[in-house]
Amino acid sequence: MSVDTATVAKIASLARIKVSEAELEAMVPELNGILAWVEQLGEVNVDGIEPMTAVIPNKQRLRDDVVNADPLTGGDIRDKVLANAPAAEHGFFGVPKVIE
Amino acid sequence: MTDLTDLGVAAIRDGVAKGDFSATEVASAFNAAVAEAQDALNAFIVTTPEKALAAAAAVDADRAAGKPLGKMAGVPIGMKDLFATQDVQTTAASKILEGFKPKYESTVSARLWQAGAGMLGKLNLDQFAMGSSNETSAFGNVISPWRRPNDTAPLAPGGSSGGSSAAVAARIAPAATGTDTGGSIRQPAAFTGISGIKPTYGRCSRWGIVAFASSLDQAGPMARDVRDCAIMLEAMAGFDPKDSTSLDMPVPDWEAALNDDLRGKKVGIPREYRLDGMDPDVAASWEQGIAWLKDAGAEIVEVSLPHTKYALPTYYIIAPAEASSNLARYDGVRYGLRDLPDGAGLQDMYAATRAAGFGAEVKRRILIGTYVLSAGFYDAYYTQAQKVRTLISHDFTNAFTQCDVILAPTAPSAAFALGEKSADPLEMYLNDVFSVPASLAGLPAMSVPGGVDRNGLPLGLQVIGRAFDEQGVLNAGLAIEKRAAFSARPAKWW
Repeated sequence: MSVDTATVAKIASLARIKVSEAELEAMVPELNGILAWVEQLGEVNVDGIEPMTAVIPNKQRLRDDVVNADPLTGGDIRDKVLANAPAAEHGFFGVPKVIE
Repeated sequence: MTDLTDLGVAAIRDGVAKGDFSATEVASAFNAAVAEAQDALNAFIVTTPEKALAAAAAVDADRAAGKPLGKMAGVPIGMKDLFATQDVQTTAASKILEGFKPKYESTVSARLWQAGAGMLGKLNLDQFAMGSSNETSAFGNVISPWRRPNDTAPLAPGGSSGGSSAAVAARIAPAATGTDTGGSIRQPAAFTGISGIKPTYGRCSRWGIVAFASSLDQAGPMARDVRDCAIMLEAMAGFDPKDSTSLDMPVPDWEAALNDDLRGKKVGIPREYRLDGMDPDVAASWEQGIAWLKDAGAEIVEVSLPHTKYALPTYYIIAPAEASSNLARYDGVRYGLRDLPDGAGLQDMYAATRAAGFGAEVKRRILIGTYVLSAGFYDAYYTQAQKVRTLISHDFTNAFTQCDVILAPTAPSAAFALGEKSADPLEMYLNDVFSVPASLAGLPAMSVPGGVDRNGLPLGLQVIGRAFDEQGVLNAGLAIEKRAAFSARPAKWW
């Protein structure tokens, strides 16, 4: 499968990355080169093979159902959470107006 | 008095404990070496001499008070700028995180500070750890301290942990943290004549490490020798409930169990790694490595890893797919860069922010990842890659029924010059051909120096072990190290 300019524009829009026409033109052959190369995986016989979900066997844990059991991942740290925000006001993240 | 910057982790730890010198003297010596080399090598994005001195003062005070000292007491290290460090800028070498000062400390770095290490600064890397030459950093290339004879052309320190490898090789840090997604500890270690180990996936907590490809990312130490790696890995590893893939297992005493006697051990040589047109110096160093391990008492057996040729294309589907998901968080809302064009709405802000903040290689991988995960293509690319990944993992399981460790080259060549491979992304990707398979299988793997090529540049030998058998990997690495007696080091030109 290969991609054209319209497809790359669509992917870039899905990925929320603004690209110029010139960038699009440059990306099409690059992405096609990479996609043509990964295409060879199609020749591998994978009948009856499960896709890998965990590289090292491990069990899924549940944390104790305790509020702020680990303060590093708990709540009550609003100011820390907002400390690096480009725009924060009144205890909230600031964003441009989203109501159309 | 010996030059303190010539000392590694074990020598500093022991010297500080005995009182041969103080931790403060060590930190001052390395701070000065860092400052002197920074303009030439660009190994650090920020330097933190005050942090190194503060940690050293604490160790000196503890020693004076007769308190027990940690595993890394008095050792100043470089911290790859992929680890969140509280109130110290953490960028992943990307403009999108410029100025980001985390309000928390990564688990791995916190463990190292607790063990008595101090921070010399945050080390440069390929942007979001995507690269094999450290040419994708938004903060400039790292220059390897190594040069070809009679040639001042700047060489790549490898990537993505290129600041780490350059700093350790230049002896401006006795050790540094690295992270390895497809070879980012081992390949830079090989390029610069140092040692580095990627432990079993899950040994080191990923909490607080800027995520690239979460099913592959693993932290590990980079240092001058195998013993130093063992010491530092003990300090970094351990169960962390904050990482859902963290291994809930005790951390072995790897240093104490180091042993280069390999009698009774079998070393597998994978026949599929003998590539057509292999660099003759790399092939010769591999042969030499085989001879060294035989000399250490090991039996050599040929093994087969039949899906080797599919490892790279598998990696270049899975890693970008995970990256495209992980990097969705950089949206100009919560931290980092925001680009808000006049009158722009929220969607425009996202797109403008990500266009301005991400470098070309990062964008390329996000687009590939978005494409292979998109409706209609998911099964053909992503599911197929995950199935092939299972087969690659089975290959190793089968091979390890016949051998205890596997020996291979780390990289297909010695260090290349900056700019030599950056024009063609595919050519750069091929540099990971020997390192990616072990990453896909989550196995511990280490690079140790295995001699030099025709230009006097270091070549790495890679040891791959069974899951959880870091000890076997370290021991085989030690057997090579003792016999290689690698003493080449870059002439100081900076």
